[in-house]
Amino acid sequence: MKRTTTHTLRTKKLSVGYTSKNQKVAIVTDITIALKPGELIGLVGINGSGKSTLLRTLAGLQEPLDGEIELMGQEIKTVSTSELAQQLSVVLTNQDLSKNLTVLELVSLGRQPYANWLGNITKEDTKHIQEALKATDCDSFQDKKCYALSDGQLQRVLIARALAQDPAVMILDEPLSHLDLHHKAALLKLIKQIAQSQGKTILFSTHDIEHSLALCDRMLVLKKGISTMGTPQELMDIGVFDTLFPSQHITFNKENGRFSIDK
Amino acid sequence: MGNIALGSVAIPLGDIIDTLTGGSPSKSAWKYIILDYRLPKAVTAALAGSALAISGLLMQTLFRNPLAGPFVLGISSGASLGVAILILGSSLLGITLGAAMGNWALILAASSGSFGVLLMVIAAATRIKDTMALLIIGLMVGSLTAAVVSVLAYFSKAEELQRYIFWSFGSLGNLSWQALAILSLCWSLGLILTIASLKSLNALLLGDAYAKTLGVNLNRSRLSIILATSLLAGSVTAFTGPIAFIGLAVPHLVRQVIPAANHRVLVPAVLLGGAILLLLCDIIASVPFSEYTLPINAITALVGAPVVIWLLVRKRKLIF
Repeated sequence: MKRTTTHTLRTKKLSVGYTSKNQKVAIVTDITIALKPGELIGLVGINGSGKSTLLRTLAGLQEPLDGEIELMGQEIKTVSTSELAQQLSVVLTNQDLSKNLTVLELVSLGRQPYANWLGNITKEDTKHIQEALKATDCDSFQDKKCYALSDGQLQRVLIARALAQDPAVMILDEPLSHLDLHHKAALLKLIKQIAQSQGKTILFSTHDIEHSLALCDRMLVLKKGISTMGTPQELMDIGVFDTLFPSQHITFNKENGRFSIDK
Repeated sequence: MGNIALGSVAIPLGDIIDTLTGGSPSKSAWKYIILDYRLPKAVTAALAGSALAISGLLMQTLFRNPLAGPFVLGISSGASLGVAILILGSSLLGITLGAAMGNWALILAASSGSFGVLLMVIAAATRIKDTMALLIIGLMVGSLTAAVVSVLAYFSKAEELQRYIFWSFGSLGNLSWQALAILSLCWSLGLILTIASLKSLNALLLGDAYAKTLGVNLNRSRLSIILATSLLAGSVTAFTGPIAFIGLAVPHLVRQVIPAANHRVLVPAVLLGGAILLLLCDIIASVPFSEYTLPINAITALVGAPVVIWLLVRKRKLIF
């Protein structure tokens, strides 16, 4: 049962990291955020700042070290994996999926959380699948095999699959990597539009800070184990980006929201 | 039918149909050959072929590796080790096996051997993300078991050694109807587990992490896939000896014909394909109209290896 709540995903004093030799190693601590339906949130930080770890923890793929995660007002530990699958979907960076799947088959797998033990596809499922294919502009090549797709097409197909899962929250790990400028812009606009028109919370990690500043509703910045959340303007005002990178190579220009390499 | 018709003794097709439908052929010896030798052999070939092909498919999906199969990952060598310990080691331990217990002991030894090896490979799989490393572990387990078998062989009697070597040649023709009943029981159980795992198998095509976010209970589905594989491959190996390449080659051959990755389509197709291919190999092995019967294991490798090479050369890469 879906409870009505103003926030889809929220965390309280969340610590993420990994466990090594029974020792907890925290990468980011004290994350307290509350995400709303229809919001597009960019997650930025330098390599190793804990973006993927945070996303994996939020998606239930690894255990939090400390603190709480609530999805649709329910403590995530109390939600079963099959229930969780109806509320949250992911697009991950590692692409060890079977490239022998057709686009349609891959997107149809997004309906598994709703299917019976044999994975039957109902009319309702077909509707969701076709809508997801159309929204991501994948319907023209839905019978192609995944090995025949370009990086940009495959990324859209993976987003279509996450969309077909019809969750409240979508978590995307670096969806813009490997894409050229044109496809980056197209994909950013696509997820922005999905968030707005379907009322989904979309949280994605990226290195493309400049474009994210322009399109995201809010952004979450990870820096030296500390998280800062705010609208792009708020974040620029408090100067978070000025010190995001070690300063000897790169300077952030507040006026146009761009980074430049020092010559 | 073609499999039954072709053998060392030429029997006209009409007589075969007569015998199978309950009539009597022109020679009574033919009836014996057909009902007690060729028919069980054909049923064995169909069961063994489909079981090995399915376990190959299961392993390829579970390990997300196109080179995985019951033979490559050391499951068959695990079964060999179990059988070797049983046949070669029983006298060392001073145990004599009753004839009635023989079949069950053999299947238990082969199944537990293959199950043990699979658990080892899975344990390694959870620690090691690299699937190539896993394959090497499978190969190493294969060499290890071969070494243990050699040591056992060194200390065992000639007749026991002979019994083991004949088992390792692979033969489809040694099964009584009673043994076939045991085999079909294991086959059915393995298949039921496979059908129960269809949904998670499809999710696993996306990788473990995606499967988990689709609500798949990873540990439970891994275990049932491993159980299904060891039941299917273990029981077949126990009764027929190790049969190479069917498990590896059939899923790839089927993927050439059927443009689907969905296991609801693949499983029945691979089932049928495995049965057909092993029946064909058995026809070749029995060398129609001649006195010779070749070891089935050699024939499947002779047919299977070139097929895999041909696929690699033509497609440049195999996909699971």
